Amino acid sequence: MRLAAYVSGVGLLGPGLPDWETASDILRGGRDYTPANTVLHTPAILPAAERRRTGRAVKLALAVALEATTRAGVAPADLASVFSSSGGDGQNCHDLCEALARADREVSPTKFANSVHNAASGYWGIATAAMRESNALCAYDASFCAGLLEALSQVAVDTESILLVTYDTEYPEPLRSKRPIPDAFGAAMVLTPQRIATSLARIEATIEDLPADTMQDPQLEALRSSTPAARCLPLLRRIAMQEPGTIALEYLDDSSLVVSVAPCV
Amino acid sequence: MQSLVLQSFTTSSCIGLGVAQTLDSLSSSRSGLKRCNFETVDIDTYIGEIAGVDAAQLPAELSRFDCRNNRLAELALRQDGFLDAVSQSRARWGARRIGVFIGTSTSGILETEVAYRHRDPLTGALPVAFDYGATQNSFSIADYVRRRLKLEGPAMVVSCACASSAKVFGSARRMIEAGLIDAAVVGGVDSLCLTTLYGFHSLQLSSPAPCRPFDVARDGISIGEAAAFVLLEPPSDATAGDDVLVLGVGESSDAHHMSAPHPEGHGARRAMQSALAAAKLEPSSIDYINLHGTGTPSNDRSESLAVASVFGPTTPSSSTKGATGHTLGAAGALEAVICALALQNDFMPGGVNTLRLDPTLTTHYLTENRRTQVSRVLSNSFGFGGTNCSLVFGLAG
Repeated sequence: MRLAAYVSGVGLLGPGLPDWETASDILRGGRDYTPANTVLHTPAILPAAERRRTGRAVKLALAVALEATTRAGVAPADLASVFSSSGGDGQNCHDLCEALARADREVSPTKFANSVHNAASGYWGIATAAMRESNALCAYDASFCAGLLEALSQVAVDTESILLVTYDTEYPEPLRSKRPIPDAFGAAMVLTPQRIATSLARIEATIEDLPADTMQDPQLEALRSSTPAARCLPLLRRIAMQEPGTIALEYLDDSSLVVSVAPCV
Repeated sequence: MQSLVLQSFTTSSCIGLGVAQTLDSLSSSRSGLKRCNFETVDIDTYIGEIAGVDAAQLPAELSRFDCRNNRLAELALRQDGFLDAVSQSRARWGARRIGVFIGTSTSGILETEVAYRHRDPLTGALPVAFDYGATQNSFSIADYVRRRLKLEGPAMVVSCACASSAKVFGSARRMIEAGLIDAAVVGGVDSLCLTTLYGFHSLQLSSPAPCRPFDVARDGISIGEAAAFVLLEPPSDATAGDDVLVLGVGESSDAHHMSAPHPEGHGARRAMQSALAAAKLEPSSIDYINLHGTGTPSNDRSESLAVASVFGPTTPSSSTKGATGHTLGAAGALEAVICALALQNDFMPGGVNTLRLDPTLTTHYLTENRRTQVSRVLSNSFGFGGTNCSLVFGLAG
């Protein structure tokens, strides 16, 4: 069975990358990349009571998920989803560990509920009434490819459309020194089994013993190599360029997920 | 879906190391819960702690993975000939063709919790020896297991709170059906830590007594720890009548609330219905349901409504969490193994600790063990974030 799907809508948010339209222009070389702090907004699609409780990771994941589904023109409630992240919400994790190191050990119930790795998946369901299957994965630096494999196998086996969301946020110190992710970065894509009006490219993946491709632009390469979710950038660059080709994405050990990209033109 | 055979399986929890001790405890309705005396925790609650976890030693070449969660994995992997079974599978399929999909909710976070108590007084830095990637990061447990088992196929952690290690069956069956792999090691490992003990306490969801699922006076969960592993392969000519198959996986989302289930159990119902549909079975062909049954008032009420809406009031069911505690991200795999034991030993485990059944819950809840033929069972796992997964298991013959 071929691990193939159509990329039918992309969302992106990261340092100096406010949305997919800007990012795709930068990725295809249409304008220079200027890093700047990632700007996150409170997700308007959540009910007010839930909105107050969200941290950076949920804001990030919901923003790119909403952009991807909007661009795809697909109703979020119709999509199964895969959320893949190395560390989820770094600030929330730090806050809990600090509270547990204090004498009173008073833990915020909201922060504890938000500490589950599937928090973004849960809030996405609340925001969009999506009741389909939703998974939350982690494979450390290989988290993006793990998510892509999970999503592609679901498209192939169950002929379902899937929302794939990959995202990471920074830890504050002291964890930042141990896991130096510089800033929040997320990307999302709607993967469909058939070509639809909004499809950008057909992709097909295999696992091979090849070194991963890097980004030519040193600042984009710094982003790719420092943030697990940004390991998707070589794929998104190829999609943005609208040129056929094959790219290798960093996976486990010395292997890569080799993805052939054929634009829908 | 194409069914898969549980070629080998093992579990360790507070009711025993390996399946023989686990079966013996279930057969004698023994609970492993005790008053909480874990680490420096000062909470009036009960826990399901496994004796001997701290003494388990990792192989020297994997020492950077050393933490309580990976020690628990190591202890469990050594039971029931599981290491040998994986070796045989590796020889047959090749290391690249076997995936590793492990569920956990908190991985090795205990290491970080302790490290935060030992920050440098001047700089605030964590101890030099603290290794984030090999201990705290969720992937640590899957990375440890794949290295320990010398497997090189696709690997990941599924971290969907308390449904994590039920959902790994879904990922494995998809990747096997897609032809990406031929076999998979799936499982769940969650160990005691301060985050969950203090966290559930902050939500007033942990009971001061041993948990009593479906009891009229139930008042919360008892947190436990467990590891369970299953080697999944496609059925073959060698598959025997008493081998256990996973016949159906059903997943859904509540889309309702982060830490409370849908009051009528809509998401849970959807997961059960889709697991039955995947198995091509009617509700009436299920002999026993291993409930999620955590022992909180709202969880059990919501699950009971969902079960009744799919199965009616007669299908025998129970929660084994009165015996094991709620082992969170390991619960799905632990209860999958308990279901396999029920199928192979003609036995339905009655829920322990439950004295007076809640009369408003219409589920047929067993409080005593029942010896009877069991051919098809369903197991429920639900979690924070509204994530739901139901599994259907059956005997091959």
